[in-house]
Amino acid sequence: MSLYESEDPDMTTDLDTPPPAPPAGGDPAPPLGPWRRALRGLASSPAAVLSGLGILLIVLAMALAPAYAKYVAKTDPFRSGLSAKIMIDGTRVPVMQRSTEGLGLGVTPIGPTWGPQYFLGADNQGRDVAARFLYGGQNSLFIAGAATLLCLACAALVGIVAGYAGGAIDAVLSNLIDMIWAFPVYLLAISLSIVMLGKSFDFGPIHLSSSSLILPIVIIGLVYVPYVARPVRGRVIAITNSEFVLAARALGIRPSRILWRHILPNVATTLIVFAPMLMALNIVTESSLSFLSVGVQAPNASWGTILQDGQALLYSRPVVSMAPGIAIMVTVMLLNLFGDVLRDILDPKSVRGR
Amino acid sequence: MIPKLSPERVARRAATALALAALAGFGPTLAQAEGDHRGGTLRLVSVSSQGTLDPHINYTSQFWQLYAFLYDGLVGFKKVGGADSKEVVPDLAEAMPVISNDGKTYTFTLRKGIKFSDGSDMTATDVLASFQRIFKVLGPTAGTFYNGIVGADTCLAEPAGCTLDGGVIIDEAAGTVTINLTAADPEFLFKLSAPHASILPSETTPKDNGNEPIPGTGAYMVKSYDANNSMVIVRNPAFKEWSKDAQPDGYVDEIDYTFGGTEEAAVNAIMNGQADWMFDTPPADRLAELSTTAPDQIHLSPLAAWWYAPMNVNLAPFDDVRVRQALNYAIDRDALVSLFGGPALAQPVCQVLPPEFPGHEDQCIYTQDPGTSWSAPDMEKAQALVDESGTKGAKITVVTEDNAASRGIGTYLQSVLSDLGYDAAVQTISGDIQFTYIQNTNNKVQLSISQWYADYPAASNFLNVLFGCDSFHPGSDASINISGMCDQEIDARMKAAIALGATDQAAADKDWAKIDAAVMEKSPALPLFTPQQVDLLSTRVGNYQFSSLHHWLIANAWVQ
Repeated sequence: MSLYESEDPDMTTDLDTPPPAPPAGGDPAPPLGPWRRALRGLASSPAAVLSGLGILLIVLAMALAPAYAKYVAKTDPFRSGLSAKIMIDGTRVPVMQRSTEGLGLGVTPIGPTWGPQYFLGADNQGRDVAARFLYGGQNSLFIAGAATLLCLACAALVGIVAGYAGGAIDAVLSNLIDMIWAFPVYLLAISLSIVMLGKSFDFGPIHLSSSSLILPIVIIGLVYVPYVARPVRGRVIAITNSEFVLAARALGIRPSRILWRHILPNVATTLIVFAPMLMALNIVTESSLSFLSVGVQAPNASWGTILQDGQALLYSRPVVSMAPGIAIMVTVMLLNLFGDVLRDILDPKSVRGR
Repeated sequence: MIPKLSPERVARRAATALALAALAGFGPTLAQAEGDHRGGTLRLVSVSSQGTLDPHINYTSQFWQLYAFLYDGLVGFKKVGGADSKEVVPDLAEAMPVISNDGKTYTFTLRKGIKFSDGSDMTATDVLASFQRIFKVLGPTAGTFYNGIVGADTCLAEPAGCTLDGGVIIDEAAGTVTINLTAADPEFLFKLSAPHASILPSETTPKDNGNEPIPGTGAYMVKSYDANNSMVIVRNPAFKEWSKDAQPDGYVDEIDYTFGGTEEAAVNAIMNGQADWMFDTPPADRLAELSTTAPDQIHLSPLAAWWYAPMNVNLAPFDDVRVRQALNYAIDRDALVSLFGGPALAQPVCQVLPPEFPGHEDQCIYTQDPGTSWSAPDMEKAQALVDESGTKGAKITVVTEDNAASRGIGTYLQSVLSDLGYDAAVQTISGDIQFTYIQNTNNKVQLSISQWYADYPAASNFLNVLFGCDSFHPGSDASINISGMCDQEIDARMKAAIALGATDQAAADKDWAKIDAAVMEKSPALPLFTPQQVDLLSTRVGNYQFSSLHHWLIANAWVQ
């Protein structure tokens, strides 16, 4: 997925554009507002409904992680369980199974039991993979969601200020955006992570330990700001030069009111279109950073850390890495699908949007 | 002009001629068979390199294994497999030294005609310069192995101006080197056999040479080295075998060592015939499969080694002995054995000296039923000690190496620390810097995972080196006493035991057993387990030999 697709400042609906003319020959239907049109468009799209429901289901399933760990798996997924044993068919079986064949070397964690405990088996610390998978999903979705909001907020602020103020402020902010853009995203994210995670982050009264989820949220949220801020800036410049804004200025309306009443609502659609795609991108980024040990820190889990745990068990217990891998793929696919439909609906140039 | 030969030399030449005639006259001989295996390239892989290539500084088993065929000392451990590998044999010296002056003076006569890989002659001047350089670069064992040489104290105080006046005396014309000690040291020949006493060209710069190879006298030389990528080792063109025991001519022509990737990838490479050996232990879950599908490619060898977790006794909360003891009570050593691959590969321990090592007596105080062996963790006692110390909630970071076993142990320790009420985190550092990082007190490492492989078969090599005051150098990357423990009383007992070894080794070993117990009472480290060496070789490698000190003797192996 490329965020460049959305750089066209005219891509999204201009909320001040008159609604399409009613069909000739009939009674003129009351015009629908842009938001209601968008909602109706989403409801009438099977792809949007299915992907939306899928995302909702995933979020709900992950939210059940504490209940699953406590009442079903009956385990603490953050504690090593190297000496743990479970009952299978009336026999107590060690979770870490020592080899008795050949030279008798090696220890392999128990595989999927498909029962309440160790449903997906254990990882190399003897921890319940299913419980960690749910907790990991919770963290992955939370980090990606929060990073998306942070990114959109920062991008909106930078884009609107740069686009509306113009002049020197625009030049400074645009160059800053270009500077950050010049860094490859992953290289920047990894560098920031290493600096911030190496030791606890201290800035004035703010203290964040390396295990805090806020660090990956901030890192992931910031690295994508230029990718959203630039199209937002372009959109703001276009709106600022539109007739209704010029008219408002001519009438002596205060800039803050113009920003709030005319510019922000028009930029909002751009931001909304970005949201699901950015969230999908953030899930992948978070997983990549955690896989490289520079995202979520142990004993916390995310889909990325479970992928890393599974890497060492790829041959004997592939399900440990397959589960988060499939979850990432499905979630990202659903978010992208939902984002595509949303963009089509909010884009006045697209067939669906008309 | 025909040189005049002495009767002995005539007899020796005659014997050699007879032997050659015999070899030439009869079918396939040993020499021919060995000659058939000469050539080829050995491909080694490792997750990471181990930093500097400088033999006077590097203190890792990974590179010491290479130094065995790159460098020589005056004496060295015999390069053979089995029990004989602990025997010290003359190397650059033509015979074992003459020991006089009540064990305080060692006189060596150098072999003639030995050249460094750059073509220059190895002389007595190089020997003196090399001993001076050990102090000038402040090598990690300068203060523990070689501090008994006369003049060493001055060198330790002012390394740059080290002369070792009166300590190392050379006679260039006669080719002799005399080393004077301040006191008899029964372990001195062992210490001279370590790579830190390698003889290097006298013009070698007196600073860490880093990735730049230093010419040596061994059968091979390093052609190129990139710590993040690879090392290429080729035959030393100036090498002529002078002693098969000390420095045998290797079989392969080239050794390519690749750094990077994972243990999983290394196992796959070996099984697919793309690599011949991996330095790291194969991952625990792959071992189960390999032990049934490729048992002939796996070699298990007992190690005089110790996996342990040093606790910094000078940093909170480990500056409180109760916290250190609590963690020793709390860890499940059986679980740690699982992380390393099970009981066939590791044996739980709760003391410093490895089993069957000089001075070892079975003892374990950090277990549910204190006695001779570990049985189970005692969480109640651990929790009580933590409560008593009032350190609950303190932040602790475990620094691990970036490999499966070390990471796994780090995660496990974090879990145990959390159970005890601490705010624990794990920091994983690349293997090529972790060892020096955890030694430097400036990095304020509280708890780390490390390993210790015997340099030579003596108790002091574990206890005195790892917990002696002389091994603690605050602010240095070469401070092998990672715990920072310096207990004057125990230190004096260690020095006395070393001295006693000169006259009565059995009595000294008994003292070492008591010192081992005394150190463990102070609990400066968590003994984890004694590992077995696992060597996974490709099917094309033959003549596997394992030395307890050099491990797999790479130069003694051949490839098809």
